[in-house]
Amino acid sequence: MSSATPEPRDQQVATAVKPRPDSVSPLFGSGRPRWGERLVEWLLFLAAFISVVVTMGIVAILLWESSTFFRSVPTLEFLTGRVWAPTFEPPHFGILPLLCGTVVTTGVALLVALPIGSIVAVYMSEYAPFAVREFLKPTLELLSAIPTVVYGYFALVYVGPTLQRLFADIPGANMLSAGMVMGLMIIPYISSLSEDAMRSVPMLLREGAYALGANRLITAFKVVYPAALSGIGSAYILGISRAIGETMIVAIAAGGQPNFTLDPRQPGLTITAYIVQVSMGDLPRGSVGYQSIFAAGLLLFVFTLGFNILGYLLRKRFRESY
Amino acid sequence: MASIPELIVRLKRQDRWFAVLGLACTLVGLVTLLILLAGLIRDGHHRLFDPAFYASFPSARAARAGILSPLVGSILLAFVTILLAVPLGVAAGVYLEEYAPRNIWTTLIEINIANLAGVPSIIFGLLALGALIYGLHLDRSLLVGGITLALLILPIVIVTTREALRAIPQGIREAAYALGATKWQVVRHHLIPYSLGGIATGTIIAMSRALGESAPLMTIGALTFITFLPPPPIRSQPPFVNFQWLNSEFTAMPIQMFNWISRPQAEFSALAATAGVVLILMTLSLNAVAIILRYRLRKRIKW
Repeated sequence: MSSATPEPRDQQVATAVKPRPDSVSPLFGSGRPRWGERLVEWLLFLAAFISVVVTMGIVAILLWESSTFFRSVPTLEFLTGRVWAPTFEPPHFGILPLLCGTVVTTGVALLVALPIGSIVAVYMSEYAPFAVREFLKPTLELLSAIPTVVYGYFALVYVGPTLQRLFADIPGANMLSAGMVMGLMIIPYISSLSEDAMRSVPMLLREGAYALGANRLITAFKVVYPAALSGIGSAYILGISRAIGETMIVAIAAGGQPNFTLDPRQPGLTITAYIVQVSMGDLPRGSVGYQSIFAAGLLLFVFTLGFNILGYLLRKRFRESY
Repeated sequence: MASIPELIVRLKRQDRWFAVLGLACTLVGLVTLLILLAGLIRDGHHRLFDPAFYASFPSARAARAGILSPLVGSILLAFVTILLAVPLGVAAGVYLEEYAPRNIWTTLIEINIANLAGVPSIIFGLLALGALIYGLHLDRSLLVGGITLALLILPIVIVTTREALRAIPQGIREAAYALGATKWQVVRHHLIPYSLGGIATGTIIAMSRALGESAPLMTIGALTFITFLPPPPIRSQPPFVNFQWLNSEFTAMPIQMFNWISRPQAEFSALAATAGVVLILMTLSLNAVAIILRYRLRKRIKW
């Protein structure tokens, strides 16, 4: 055969493969700049940055709106005053009664949720057979899917009157019932996260304990629990933060009167419930009393911010340790 | 000092007791919940199957009051919320998981999102009140309510998006790059479609949270007594769509329930219970859908 025949085919292939100048593969040098790719990256970054804008917005709004409040009420009086009476003449703005309400309801909720949540976590992670856990865990998480208004109804209509039958002469709306129901609500927050932390403890540690003759109980509390402590700690902190910020249960069932007391059988008003009360129209808009919700909100934000950052750091540590 | 067989018996007994205790604690929560739910149904079942309850507006007379406007308000609110939160949350999740360089700014955004997830919902209400209503002079409308709830559930959407993306094996990305795909093509053609199930699960859970949320809506001043519906979003004349409804005042299921709880009369307490049953059915059915979806995804996807 002649040697000339393959030549045109070779040429044809060569022209077909010959790269167009504007679409060079990155392997062979930089092609045309891809503006679309850059644009997309920027848009995605902006979406992520919006969360930062929201936080800055929260801080700015709370500071700005409460600044008009602090112009007429001294900060020291706000933080140390024992009387909260925005509608009195002259009005009193001492945050301590509201703080008492928040501390008491949160404390009651934690007394319910921490032991139960921890035991549930240990049970789920160390004891429960696979099938039981697969069924119970999502079912328990439904506890946090119930709207908080409904929990408020439970606390006011069922739990309050039941407590009235147990203790003599306490009001139907009290901080104890609100706190207990709130505790029920935060059990899954505590149990789920604690269980995740405990389950990420390597099996080797458990086997070491079993080899030394420990049973599951000893292994769980002397080996797994301490090893997962930072993760469990972050679960507890999330629970605390939820309880401090919870609004509707305490607004409905805690009684709604500012009360400078640590007795949970008394009615009380929390920071969050106060904000709702004012929003429902107790005070004229623009008045000092109305602006006080921003000051109360600022305090609330500072508290939860502290807990949230602590929780984040703990969570980070527990992720890194294995 | 006990002998070893005795010790073994004792340790085993401890284990059995703790297993019983653990199961009991798990069931305590569930049983309490069931008792409370039974009470709610007992108190609220009278109007539950009454069509008029769903077709009437709230009224000062308990016998004629219904949940038409709160029900419509909640559905429209959820719609606005999802429309805002999902694109934003998915984009942010994609950025943080696929694009973000490991540097101080990324860490800052991450800490910030973790914090935002734990900010009490009522603070979002104060933000919307201060920024949107006082600052931008917007009405106390469905749009403002939707923005508020969207910001509230944004962290949930971001976190679930990131988890769904993280579950995709690295090999998928590398295979696409090897075929010459750009980063955005990898994201658009592979990562987003593969993580859609996980994102949907998270979004449904976030939506159920938004449906039950009332504190921030009350802070922005959503009214409790609305006896009209927002203008319909579809018209017969061109341009066929109508965005007037976004500016409409609204009420929502949890707000209406709160309003009925706070009235002293027993008839309104019963109405509150009925509204509570409807609300729980809404949120629990969304959660059930999410659980089923998650379960089926886990069975189907084997990388």
